Amino acid sequence: MERALTSFVRALRAAGARVSTAEAIDAARTVALVGYGDRAVLKNALGITLAKTEGEKSIHDALFELYFSRQSEAAAAEQHEEESAERSGDERETPPGDDEDALDYDVDKLMALAQAGGGAAAAAMERAAAAAQVENIRFATQAPYYVRRMLKALGVEKLEHQIVQRLEEHTPAAEALAQKMIEAQSRLQKMARKLVDQHFEVYGRRATESFQNDVIAGRAITELDMYDMERVKTVVNRLAKRLADRHSRRQRLKDRGKLDVRKTIRASAGYDGVPFDVFWKIKKRDRPKIVAVCDVSGSVARYVRFLLMLLYALNERVADLRSFAFSSKLSEVGDIMEQQDVEPAMNTILRTAGGGSTDYGQALLDLTENYTNLVDRRTTILILGDGRSNHTNPRLDLFRDLSDQAKRVIWLCPEPPGLWGSGDSVLPQYRPFCASVTHCATIADIERAIDDILLAYD
Amino acid sequence: MKPFPTPKAFESIEAITDALASAGYISTPAISTAIYLAYHLRKPVLVEGPAGVGKTDLAQSLARALSFPLARLQCYEGLDETKALYEWKYGKQLLYTQILKEKIHDLIEKTDSLEASLDKLGGFRDIFFSREFLEPRPLLKAMEQSGGSILLVDEVDKSDEEFEALLLEILSDYQVTVPEIGTISAQVPPLVILTSNNLRELGDALKRRCLHLHIGFPEPERERRIVRARVPGITEDLLTQLVAFVQRTRNEKIRKLPSISETVDWARTLVLLHADSLDAKMVQETLGVLLKRQGDIAEVSGKVEQLVVEALADATGAG
Repeated sequence: MERALTSFVRALRAAGARVSTAEAIDAARTVALVGYGDRAVLKNALGITLAKTEGEKSIHDALFELYFSRQSEAAAAEQHEEESAERSGDERETPPGDDEDALDYDVDKLMALAQAGGGAAAAAMERAAAAAQVENIRFATQAPYYVRRMLKALGVEKLEHQIVQRLEEHTPAAEALAQKMIEAQSRLQKMARKLVDQHFEVYGRRATESFQNDVIAGRAITELDMYDMERVKTVVNRLAKRLADRHSRRQRLKDRGKLDVRKTIRASAGYDGVPFDVFWKIKKRDRPKIVAVCDVSGSVARYVRFLLMLLYALNERVADLRSFAFSSKLSEVGDIMEQQDVEPAMNTILRTAGGGSTDYGQALLDLTENYTNLVDRRTTILILGDGRSNHTNPRLDLFRDLSDQAKRVIWLCPEPPGLWGSGDSVLPQYRPFCASVTHCATIADIERAIDDILLAYD
Repeated sequence: MKPFPTPKAFESIEAITDALASAGYISTPAISTAIYLAYHLRKPVLVEGPAGVGKTDLAQSLARALSFPLARLQCYEGLDETKALYEWKYGKQLLYTQILKEKIHDLIEKTDSLEASLDKLGGFRDIFFSREFLEPRPLLKAMEQSGGSILLVDEVDKSDEEFEALLLEILSDYQVTVPEIGTISAQVPPLVILTSNNLRELGDALKRRCLHLHIGFPEPERERRIVRARVPGITEDLLTQLVAFVQRTRNEKIRKLPSISETVDWARTLVLLHADSLDAKMVQETLGVLLKRQGDIAEVSGKVEQLVVEALADATGAG
């Protein structure tokens, strides 16, 4: 059974779980300790030694069920075959071990396999799957291809050839035989299909998922529709976790060059003036403070959804987050986002703040008049909007003041740079007061912008 | 490392389950298997899971069950080796210097040359950096136990990356290197349990060196057994209904799902109030024990009646 374990480890790796050599050795020691006797114990034990994250655990559990049930069935069948061969007086010249990899059965054997099913057929299918490299399956659409390859490895082509020949003879006996062969063929095909589907469950699903997730993160937000929303949520949460991980460590960078004299002298009092404990000045790092101001007029509203989703998914990392939405008048939306699910929250926000023609000047006025002391030198102001202000006064004076008070002002614009400044867009006038103005079209763009903001606090 | 007889409790997975049960900890096959493997493979166990499902309690119960000493290291941002491994006793060293200053005259009085006095001083041990002046912190303390011990590194995800690197040497070789003295190896490797709330992703190197155990929310059956063990005097009816209610609550859309510790607290509260069975009014009044966020309480309190009805139905099914 040593082989069973090594191929299990290989299968785990192929399915995307990271298993190191040291862990494989641990697994072997584990098996030596608990034995193959009790499946439930073995499953627990291998899960504990081999899978180190929840994702890996789920791969492990699925694969264990798939693998060890088939392994034991196949092994049992082989053993049975060996025994029966011995009983019938060693008819087989070659030892059964060498026979293992020989596929391409003749027609009689195939018929027998299809008829018998059970362990022997499972073992044959297993070998055919290995020969056809079914573990490389990544997409559901590949299943028919791999089924075909497995059947080919089994030698089904000969069977099909015979079917055609029998049918051409046009005698009742031959047709009856052909009918039987067709049944056997379809039974074999079903077995192969079942195995391929199981393989896809283990090897393919994760690949497909991560592929689709990547597609979603990189696809233009305007092209995402409601059908994608469930997936979008997982993607956004994953991005948020990644951002939080990347920025979670407040590194206490000690400024080794500067001695904290006062602290050192105070501490030395206990040691008769001898400075045993030496203190260095520690650079304090600011906690991120973000004020998000979002334009929720028609064209920009759908971007706001993703920005707010991502920001609020980050709430562990960014504790100090205020968010505002405006079209003509501005209102705070933080509470709505915190208390409700994304969909109802967005609807509420659009109801309260949406409607009316966009007026950036009025929004800035509301922000400075109604929320004094909102912005200090540790605050990053994040503005999401197209800068189209319907020819009203942009109130650059207010914007400049805000920019002076804040740490940085970051502007995200859903329109491509070519359109900035065209028509009623006043973005170029705001631009000198912003630390950066970027075009954001995808969720990945939004993630990058937030990453950039958090980086300034690390 | 001299051979150390396997304690009875480590002989089989079932023995561990029994030993833990004797200390009041209701184990699962996965938990017992992890401890069994940890002991026999001499590997640390990393326990992950939501807060309040008994990660820390596992280590404490294990120590109680085996009557092993428990060395506990609470991790936090900025934890370093002087707090985790060892520290020199500066004050004592200083005191000895003072004494030496007075005594040194007597000591070298009889020698007449500088060389002779240096020789004489050289004859003494290096007293200032010896074990006598070493203050062992939890990690070193656990290494020094000759009869085996449990080392609990709690909330390792709160520590810095540098500290994780420090743990690597200790966890793979069970030894601590003190530059002035040398390497101190554990006579009997301690059983190491690390816990993490997944505040941040732990380094791959650390994860790969550990066995990994995930403890989630318990099944109804196990939760009932835990509450029964922790809250004596609870009636069977109340117990079944209460657990069914908590299990239902975990399906609600709330931020902080109630853990085992909250279930136990709630059970204690209800017993104090002399409740024999669950009713909506009492649940409404004591909801604050089970749920810790204002938003969550608001969410559930509107549904209490419905949840109680469902829980009572579940309880009849389970009983």
